[in-house]
Amino acid sequence: MSKYLKATTAALVLMLAAHPALAEKFGLGREALPEEIAAWDLDVSPDGTGLPPGSGSVMDGEDLFIVQCAACHGDFAEGLGNWPPLAGGEGTLGDARPLKTAGSYWPHLSTLWDYINRSMPYGNAQSLAPDEVYAITAYILYSNFLVEDDFVLTRENFLEVEMPNADGFIEDDRLETEAHFWNTEPCMEDCKENVEITMRALVLDVTPVDEQEEAIMGEAPAVEAAEVVMTAAPDPALVAAGESAFRACQACHQVGDTAKNHVGPILNGIVGHPAAAIDGFGYSGAIRTAAEDGLVWTEENLAAFLKEPGKFIRGNRMTFAGVRKEEDINAIIAYLSTFQN
Amino acid sequence: MSESFKTKTSRRAFLRGSAAMAAGAVAAGQARAAGPDPLITEVQPWASGLGDPVDAAPYGLPIEHEGDVIRRNVEWLTADTYSSINFTPIHALDGTITPQGCAFERHHSGAIDLRKKDYRLMINGLVDTPLVFTYADLERFPRENHVYFCECAANTGMEWKGAQLNGAQFTHGMIHNMEYTGVTLRTLLEEAGLGAAGDLSDKWVYVEGADASSNGRSIPMDKALDDVLVAFKANGEALRKEHGYPVRLVVPGWEGNMWVKWLRRIEVMSNAVESREETSKYTDTLANGISRKWTWVMDAKSVITSPSPQAPITHGPGALVISGLAWSGRGAITRVDVSLDGGISWQTARLAKPGEDKALTRFYLDTHWDGSEMLLQSRAMDDTGYVQPTKAQLRDVRGENSIYHNNCIQTWWVRETGEAENVEVS
Repeated sequence: MSKYLKATTAALVLMLAAHPALAEKFGLGREALPEEIAAWDLDVSPDGTGLPPGSGSVMDGEDLFIVQCAACHGDFAEGLGNWPPLAGGEGTLGDARPLKTAGSYWPHLSTLWDYINRSMPYGNAQSLAPDEVYAITAYILYSNFLVEDDFVLTRENFLEVEMPNADGFIEDDRLETEAHFWNTEPCMEDCKENVEITMRALVLDVTPVDEQEEAIMGEAPAVEAAEVVMTAAPDPALVAAGESAFRACQACHQVGDTAKNHVGPILNGIVGHPAAAIDGFGYSGAIRTAAEDGLVWTEENLAAFLKEPGKFIRGNRMTFAGVRKEEDINAIIAYLSTFQN
Repeated sequence: MSESFKTKTSRRAFLRGSAAMAAGAVAAGQARAAGPDPLITEVQPWASGLGDPVDAAPYGLPIEHEGDVIRRNVEWLTADTYSSINFTPIHALDGTITPQGCAFERHHSGAIDLRKKDYRLMINGLVDTPLVFTYADLERFPRENHVYFCECAANTGMEWKGAQLNGAQFTHGMIHNMEYTGVTLRTLLEEAGLGAAGDLSDKWVYVEGADASSNGRSIPMDKALDDVLVAFKANGEALRKEHGYPVRLVVPGWEGNMWVKWLRRIEVMSNAVESREETSKYTDTLANGISRKWTWVMDAKSVITSPSPQAPITHGPGALVISGLAWSGRGAITRVDVSLDGGISWQTARLAKPGEDKALTRFYLDTHWDGSEMLLQSRAMDDTGYVQPTKAQLRDVRGENSIYHNNCIQTWWVRETGEAENVEVS
């Protein structure tokens, strides 16, 4: 073979290597097994590809929603506090304050099913069975008046559901609609006649302020010396375990100096405190009745409540299934006992 | 508009500095010492005794005097701090590299603890051989080093309806810039083989994280094969937990949400998944209610980091360094102009180094301040000829409900006292 031919062969090999399909392999990694792919490849596409067999009714979905979702999203998917509403808002997308929900905004039902299946419930993701995901999806559709109360969502009828904003999206068009921003000669002198301040951030006053800074400036209210109540100090290890277990509660309840009423009331000083007595929190009728009957959050009562909230006070609004392990319950109570009013 | 207002954010920094100002250089030109400075004439403890031994901090933190240079969040923005964001203290940094320890965090279900030995990366879908890699496998592929900025699509998103947050950290701090070490996504895709995908021009790569939010995004194949990195080091050391340890995706110039952390799966597909993060979120609603999707590129943008509300002028009139950052997801910054009068006239700032592709560029305007009010603005240009627009120009096209991709020109109102405030101007 001539030198010329050798060179062209080499060049040909190089060109082939540049094509991804024919590139050199490093022989690293191992083949993924079908079970492994099945465990991780859960995404669902707009055409329904990826949906498992199954079905769920609006009625079943309502029960599941109350237990699994309502603590953040509200009983009717209206959203609580800063947590997102899932229903309503149809026809508002062009308004000054659009309400974007699964019903008013999301273009594909697949997105809703996929997100619930892989990422919800918050803090306990991937715990729902396919039928449960179908049912909760059906209930959210119902909350948006997109299906009737006897509707049953299945893999087979999935694509028949019409999403109101399915045609509400366009692909990025900045290169065309914002072509005028490509302007290589921007103005340098006398670009406008005058300038006026039209809005100021300090007037709005929503910027977080360093607490230490406030204290130095004397703007913060003087902290009253709290009356120290001597009690047997809880076991530090138990408190630490409780701090960790309390994560299950943190989506709704706050503790500490900066705590505020949230989805649930502040829990500072809750151990030994009369029930339904935190100012400014809207308790359910069930809890208020229990409080009128003299319920005090003793350690025993708290433990019973945390074990099965729905049983201890029937009809209360804490949509939380309960803490399974007794040691976690004790740890949470020990942790809560470290926060005073 | 009322002139009386409570100065909050910058108050301490301002007071600390204004004492020095009163004592020293009121007039322009060199100050005269009132007497010998004891810091010079007297032997100081640090000049006589011993400092810390080595190993006092096996892994060091910044000195305590810099303790206020930290990430901060805005509590009212999100429902809790597990699905939330905080902000890089860009007002207090210089140069372009963001230290990992103060680089903004954005999680959808908290920063998870994932050990290297528990790490697995799967490639499946339209590939010749679906593969699973361990962390150790990744370290055996050829590596590259690149500096890129990562900007959340929602950076400056709170400012669409008007000047709202008073500090560059809060208005522009959802950004960081690091040197990444990693393997190109192209290398890994080629290892699995793309023959099964056929024509690549209409294919997608879906990338997904290992955390409970399962954050997943669809990336067109041409971008995936262009410059996307599967990174495991940042600024020379392992990624921090909050930035996706041990492995994250780096998608240069494109919105931060696509830079999937704790990357666990890459699927070659024939369509976009249109997952929650690419439909419900990270889409931009226009004034007519129609929304743009697939707005991946972060347009050219800049901000003056000092002076700014958290970094007021504390030295009085005279020499003043105006400094800021500029970047473009479409390429390199070529020029930054600065206005002292709210956009009536502009002068071209000095770039500390020539702009680099999809990375932060530091600019300086070395000027003389006469002590009068200023309305400071900066305006970036990139090598595609794009000029950073005003907020009015953006609103003309997009309205006020886009949430994302607000790359407008920012205005700081600097008062005679040196204090600065976030304002909007005509």
